[in-house]
Amino acid sequence: MSTGSEVTGSSSTAGRDRLLAVVRVLVPVVLALFVGALILLSFGKDPLAYYGYVVRRGLLSPSGLEATVTRIAPLLLIAAGLIVAFRAGIWNLGVDGQFLLASVVTAALAPALMGVLPWGLTMLICFVAATAVAAVWSLLPAFLKVRYGINEIITTLMMSFLGISLSNVLVKIAFNDPATTVPQTATLPVEDRLPRLFDTTINSGVIIALVVLLLVHLMMTRTAFGLKLQVVGANPRAAVHTGLSVGKLTYATFAISAGLAGLAGSVEILGVWGTMRADWNPAYGLLVIPLVFLARFHGAASLAFVVFFAVLMIGGESASRRLGVPHFYVLVLVSLLLIFFALVEYLDQRWRKRSRA
Amino acid sequence: MHGLLTEAFVTSLMFGAITAGIPLLLAGLGEQISEKAGVLNIGVEGMMLMGAYCGFAAAYYSGSFWVGFVFGGLGGAAVAAFMAVLCVRFGMNQIVIGIALTIGAEGLTALLHFFQFSRTYPRLGEVGALRIPLLSDIPVIGNALFAHHPLVYLAVALVFLMMWVFRSTFIGFNLEAAGNKPAALDAAGVSVIATRVYAVLSTGFLAGVGGAYMANIGAGLFIPFMTGGAGFIGIVLAMLARGRPLWVLFGALLFGASLALTTALQVAGLNIPTDVVQMLPFAMVMLVLVIFGRHSYLPPALGHPYVRGER
Repeated sequence: MSTGSEVTGSSSTAGRDRLLAVVRVLVPVVLALFVGALILLSFGKDPLAYYGYVVRRGLLSPSGLEATVTRIAPLLLIAAGLIVAFRAGIWNLGVDGQFLLASVVTAALAPALMGVLPWGLTMLICFVAATAVAAVWSLLPAFLKVRYGINEIITTLMMSFLGISLSNVLVKIAFNDPATTVPQTATLPVEDRLPRLFDTTINSGVIIALVVLLLVHLMMTRTAFGLKLQVVGANPRAAVHTGLSVGKLTYATFAISAGLAGLAGSVEILGVWGTMRADWNPAYGLLVIPLVFLARFHGAASLAFVVFFAVLMIGGESASRRLGVPHFYVLVLVSLLLIFFALVEYLDQRWRKRSRA
Repeated sequence: MHGLLTEAFVTSLMFGAITAGIPLLLAGLGEQISEKAGVLNIGVEGMMLMGAYCGFAAAYYSGSFWVGFVFGGLGGAAVAAFMAVLCVRFGMNQIVIGIALTIGAEGLTALLHFFQFSRTYPRLGEVGALRIPLLSDIPVIGNALFAHHPLVYLAVALVFLMMWVFRSTFIGFNLEAAGNKPAALDAAGVSVIATRVYAVLSTGFLAGVGGAYMANIGAGLFIPFMTGGAGFIGIVLAMLARGRPLWVLFGALLFGASLALTTALQVAGLNIPTDVVQMLPFAMVMLVLVIFGRHSYLPPALGHPYVRGER
């Protein structure tokens, strides 16, 4: 960890530190947007028109803003789970498979249960089942990590590819609704989905996501369990020596982070789509994993990045139709951001080291 | 009739296993070099994808598969150059940068393909297979094993070249020292940084050639995101092979065979949903990890940037 900001004696240095922190975030963002603009230029697109359109569509138009806020819900739930995992030093990169399997289970359960059980109970069962399925899907990587010390980056990714294919199999074969031409599950009627907020198209999933993020934050900072996870993450060997049962904590971490990815899938199905189509894979994990890095596993910073990228995604999706820039451009931006963040951090540390010497 | 069916099935499966296995082999061998030198190269998937696009575009415009492979390798090495500078030279987090490069390559190749070919997916021409005289006339296995593009034989030869390099050359010893005890290598007067940079660039080149093979020979066209986890399977191969190139070859053929099963089963007249068959290689990887997982080995200094005088 960096040791530079230990001395914060007077308020002026504290203020300067805060300013530096803001600069450390802003500089990479500006650099990434700038290099991204150069890439757009090299493809013969006008970057200012593109960025302008993205902001207008994703943030300033009422329908775009509603879509953006709706999109925040699944991204934030995935982020909340990843914060727990990354802080405990566990690289759960398989959230896309966990998300999709939970989505299938939700999409299959909800319409079937709705006729039999009251609405509230159906929603609750869907949430629990989705969370459980996703958590179970992370069991094997957790076992291999605890038992043989196998790197979970690889195993969670493998399970993710497996999960993506399996969820397609389930949609096409097990839960296919024969009434539709394209393979998809039975549709949940709009009035049975998660309630909408006020007169907008935003569903209450975003409230769930914010509450979960707050709970995760409290768990990690205010409870003994959270502290234990942080110890395991900071130094697993020391954690063993202090008598923590690292194995159990590892299983718990996998279950929480995968479970929340599952909850995200459930919220997306119950709130937005009401059904799951075959080959549907929004690959939110691919995007959220880097964002949580960028936020340094911090809740509020994750929220800020999620909002920023929800705007980019929604605006980018419209822009791909209107301006002919595929939404893959957002991936390039994320990559640039990660690289510039790491670079600024590196330069900052070097500068501090030199100023101390 | 029944005999003919099985013969066609076996030939198709073996041929397919090699076609699907070669990209995995090249990625796995490449990853092995990086890991030996102490760099966990998570970006190999991105390097493959960049190699696939560059290799395809070069082969498409030049009309030569060889030009394609060279540019594929260069494309992969270009992505690796970022890794070399950021992770080896500057000592940044290898996992974060590896993921960043994979995501970036995914986005960039998809954009490049869109702006170059719009929504079309042009195909390359016929593959110039090199039929090895006599051997390729053996029934069943002749066509399956000895009638491939020359690159296949080069890739297999590379396995044995690497065995020799690792076992009896200074390059091999330097790589090993860079991964096991970098300080000792430094004390011996060899630059740890340079050793690792060359290792990472070699990884990028091999992964890029693997990606180009996948696009040009395996598929005959480029589709965004087409590597679909092959680079990560390459990482698994390197992890399980414990530094031995021959094991990467065996593993690549095993996983290649499970990838090739779709077409082979169709040849045999069985129609299993593609989604089920797509699960096979990954299920195979997990199975292999469960069985042999305790034997996987990674060098002690893996993932740690080298800073002289720091422990």
